[in-house]
Amino acid sequence: MTVRIGTGAGFSSDRLDPALKLIEEGNLDYIIFECVGERTLAFGHRDRMADPAKGYNKQLEIRMRAVLPLAVKHGVKIVTNMGVANPSMAAERTVAVARSLGIQGLKVAFIEGDDVSNLIGPNTQIPEINGVVKDVGKPVVGANAYIGADALLPALAAGADVIITGRCADPSLFLAPLRHHYGWESEDWSRMGAGTLVGHLMECGMQITGGYFADPGRKDVLDLVHCGYPIAEVESDGSAVITKLDSAGGLVDTRTVKEQMLYEVHDPERYLTPDVTADFSHTHIDQEAPNRVRIAEATGREWPELLKVTLAFDGGVLAEGGVSYAGPGASSRARLAAQVVETRMREIHGLQEKIRCDLIGVQSLLATAKAGVGPESEDVRLHVGMRTENQESAEMLLWEVESLLCCGPAGGGGFRGQIQASVHTESTYIAREVVPTKFQMLTT
Amino acid sequence: MSKVTLREIAHARAGDKGNISSISVWAYDPKHYPAMKAQCTEDWAAQAFGRLLEGSVKRYTLDHLHGLNFVFTNALEGGVNGSLNLDGHGKSFSYILLGQEIDASE
Repeated sequence: MTVRIGTGAGFSSDRLDPALKLIEEGNLDYIIFECVGERTLAFGHRDRMADPAKGYNKQLEIRMRAVLPLAVKHGVKIVTNMGVANPSMAAERTVAVARSLGIQGLKVAFIEGDDVSNLIGPNTQIPEINGVVKDVGKPVVGANAYIGADALLPALAAGADVIITGRCADPSLFLAPLRHHYGWESEDWSRMGAGTLVGHLMECGMQITGGYFADPGRKDVLDLVHCGYPIAEVESDGSAVITKLDSAGGLVDTRTVKEQMLYEVHDPERYLTPDVTADFSHTHIDQEAPNRVRIAEATGREWPELLKVTLAFDGGVLAEGGVSYAGPGASSRARLAAQVVETRMREIHGLQEKIRCDLIGVQSLLATAKAGVGPESEDVRLHVGMRTENQESAEMLLWEVESLLCCGPAGGGGFRGQIQASVHTESTYIAREVVPTKFQMLTT
Repeated sequence: MSKVTLREIAHARAGDKGNISSISVWAYDPKHYPAMKAQCTEDWAAQAFGRLLEGSVKRYTLDHLHGLNFVFTNALEGGVNGSLNLDGHGKSFSYILLGQEIDASE
């Protein structure tokens, strides 16, 4: 008998309806909602500072309201890091949702200990910048250690139906139920590596079932509209089949699996998590049947001694505005508009912040990589961006871009502008001994 | 000589961690892998990234799966939290490599 694990979200804003379909039709043992990235964590801390009752995933209640009745009906356990910067409140909200639905006896565990803000000071080292926290010159809003599968096992052993964490490492959310089910020891490095590969393949949801993959004419994917989340059927040795529901759209083949195996991986022999130094370099990837890919021979070595910590800083705001030009000479008019905005921001308003002007339709995403003038276009959007710690400067940028409608080159239209909060993140490392974790169980 | 854009014979995916971009490139057909391995070097990748690359490139090879993994340090204009590029993750940057021409003759 294999363990069947599904993915219900691969990032904070991932789709909900395919998760519900997977719980209903997937014959799953567990479903994992992976919803934390460096950015979402930093924003979680900002939300919690503004309101101590916030800081968890914004869609938590909507998701739980739809997911809990189905999970209870089909006996599927839920593991998620939707707690983000406030796991206890996320658990309380989950219990409240369950009670409002009349679900009785649901055991909701939350895990704490990843928040290590009290261990971070102005002189904490940041290796990547060859400096310390105070060198960043921005206020720290939070610090979280990546915790591993170890932190989740006691809650699984206590019979939790729902487990909510903060900054648990993404693959560990999947490794924990595998360890619980098969009784794998933490120093069984080979299985830790194999289970980590399963987690790593599954953690981005549809990135292994045809999402972030489809390229018409080269990599065709059937029915991307109804793309399904993945299922892993995992054996006791850690080998697995990655598949999807037959009734869902998408594609699981050796290409989708290979692309995802190295997604955000640097050295394939050394993928570091709190659980293991995983080695994907000898993985076998074989198409067993349509939409069924077998993975085997992933392995691992001893875990890293230090845990990675994400440091979140207040990054001020990102201001963006744009105006469009069309028809003959559109590119030249957009270039002139860019020059007007930049010069006025410097000369009239005295701003020193870096301003970037892109000509969408001519040169934007690849403007830095491909130096020189792009092709002329008759449909061009000027996009101006600036990061600043000063709200007034951000508003001034948008004002200047909008003023192009009357004051700028001919035929400029369609101004839009937005100012959004920005965060800055860095990484440091900490001894695992100083990051004790614990769980608490709430029951409806 | 049979020049093709890399997209004709390979597929790729970009990922990001901080200011580091990693891009894996995979041959559709194993017969093209030796040409890719010979021509898609670290210098080749650095040239493709142009001024985007402020750090260095390291290439890892997975011969049995016919794949190459390129890791570009300081290559995301500050990364998703610092970049003013509309694509701060560099998700589109796999197509920088796929847009390069290589000689696919065996």
